[in-house]
Amino acid sequence: MGQLTTREQELAAGMLVALAVIGIAMAAAGRSDPLGIHGAIVFLYSAALLIFIISRSFGPEPDPSRISRYYDDPIKVGVAFTLFWAIFGMFFGVWAAAQLAWPSLNFDTAWASFGRIRPAHTTGVIFGFGGNALISTSFHVVQRTSRARLADQISPWFVLFGYNLFCILAVTGYFIGVTQSKEYAEAEWYADIWLVVVWVTYFLLYIRTLARRREPHIYVANWYYMAFIVVVAILHIINNLTIPVSLGHAKSYTIWAGVQDSMVQWWYGHNAVAFFLTAGFLAMLYYYLPKRAERPIFSYRLSILSFWGITFFYMWAGSHHLHYTALPHWVQNLGMTFSVMLLVPSWASAGNALLTLNGAWHKVRDDATLRFIMMAAFFYGLSTFEGSFLAVRPVNSLSHYTDWTVGHVHAGALGWVAFITYGSLYTLVPAIWKRERMYSAALVEVHFWLAFAGTLIYVFAMWNSGIIQGLMWRTYTDDGTLAYSFVDSLLAMYPYYIARAFGGLLFLIGAVVATYNIWMTVREVPVTSGERKDDLPLAGPFPEGAATGPAE
Amino acid sequence: MDLTHETLVEASKTWGLFYLIAFSFCVLVYTFWPANRKRFDRAKKGIFDEDDEPWT
Repeated sequence: MGQLTTREQELAAGMLVALAVIGIAMAAAGRSDPLGIHGAIVFLYSAALLIFIISRSFGPEPDPSRISRYYDDPIKVGVAFTLFWAIFGMFFGVWAAAQLAWPSLNFDTAWASFGRIRPAHTTGVIFGFGGNALISTSFHVVQRTSRARLADQISPWFVLFGYNLFCILAVTGYFIGVTQSKEYAEAEWYADIWLVVVWVTYFLLYIRTLARRREPHIYVANWYYMAFIVVVAILHIINNLTIPVSLGHAKSYTIWAGVQDSMVQWWYGHNAVAFFLTAGFLAMLYYYLPKRAERPIFSYRLSILSFWGITFFYMWAGSHHLHYTALPHWVQNLGMTFSVMLLVPSWASAGNALLTLNGAWHKVRDDATLRFIMMAAFFYGLSTFEGSFLAVRPVNSLSHYTDWTVGHVHAGALGWVAFITYGSLYTLVPAIWKRERMYSAALVEVHFWLAFAGTLIYVFAMWNSGIIQGLMWRTYTDDGTLAYSFVDSLLAMYPYYIARAFGGLLFLIGAVVATYNIWMTVREVPVTSGERKDDLPLAGPFPEGAATGPAE
Repeated sequence: MDLTHETLVEASKTWGLFYLIAFSFCVLVYTFWPANRKRFDRAKKGIFDEDDEPWT
């Protein structure tokens, strides 16, 4: 935060004081309710940041020439958050997986029961790891492709720290029993309102930066980031329309009733996959893949067509989560049809990525970072095909409620989302820290094989276990009764659960290796160009278009 | 006219279809419009410029 001016520091301090007051008010209103504990967390979080700001306020004023450079400081902090949440989320994933094989690993505590650490895992990896990676890379890509610095210096920090406060409130809430009981939207009403504030700021920052662009055309990666930001805002608001029991309680009730609630939840849930876990990561693919391969994207027009295809088809696919339920049949058909149609734009993107690499396979062989990106495109193609297939109703009758779904999700989350993220990070980190290279190419290679082996073990274990489960649940005897009890199917799962936990453990070790490698890159690898001259005198005219305005 | 479930079903089964077809048509026209070729080519190659500073 060394580039903040005195006025910006005052503004940041004012916002933190306001947030601390909100925290105290929440603590006072909530008392022993979980809301009170969250009030204390909000207070401590803002107080810690406030102390940091004050301790820095005696430093010299920032170099005026900073305005003629990109603003990368928030990206660096975002990378650190990304790496932290990766290890946190994946650790809880391995723990939850191990609990399924060895249930006593909850140590008879409430906070470590499966129902609580499982959302800690999903929130940690999706929102913590994925969300911070999306925010960090979006700040990087929008500046480079627009040839413009971020629109101001306060709102990037507000977005980053505000977003992580949301993640902290969500995860700590699960351990003390707070949940809305909506999958991937478990955080309660006050955290949801806070996320809306953060997200609107993010949207305004992004659109203002695009408005400052020096390129006439907005590069396609930005379209995907914009779709991610806009649609996640819409989904989040509509799915989280709830009425709290009182302003002093964490508990709230949704305004949606019955099957409408299910429909809204899975419209949200599937589009969270589409726009959080796909659109934003496709943005990474369309920027970092050409950069790393040093080859332009195979077809720019195809990337535009698949953008609109994905944007408009995904919106209708959510109802495939509710086959054979009280949801009207035609809505199920609609979701199934659009899910199958989605294969076209999805494979257009995956094909576009792989064809970009055509002629550069020697680079894929030699460069583990590019191999991460290539494998991501491959797994993207694989899991979108599987998704369309599983959305077909008769297939779904076999797969639904089984581990096949879990295998499918992890083919996407590990193979696609995490692979493209690490490929992007290994490209991004040397670029923004101005390092010649990563600390150790060998460790990138080690990470690749750990992640690849972990993903394969995980996914194959869950495919086997899911199909066995599905078949055992639908096997009848000659008398027309079920041949297997539920416990029979559970016992059959045991070896697969162990294999799954082992695959996840390999992936987690890979994440630790990546964090060490990035840490050492920042610490040890020499800087490419000269050091920044941060000790220049204060006075100096701001260039035209310099952003010193307050955050919105 | 009452806004019932049937009204919504009918609207989504007819106008929803037409709107998506019209929309796809617009996207296709934009993508293949000859005058856009130059800016797409420029965008495709523009990300490789090495100067790591904003343009003023």
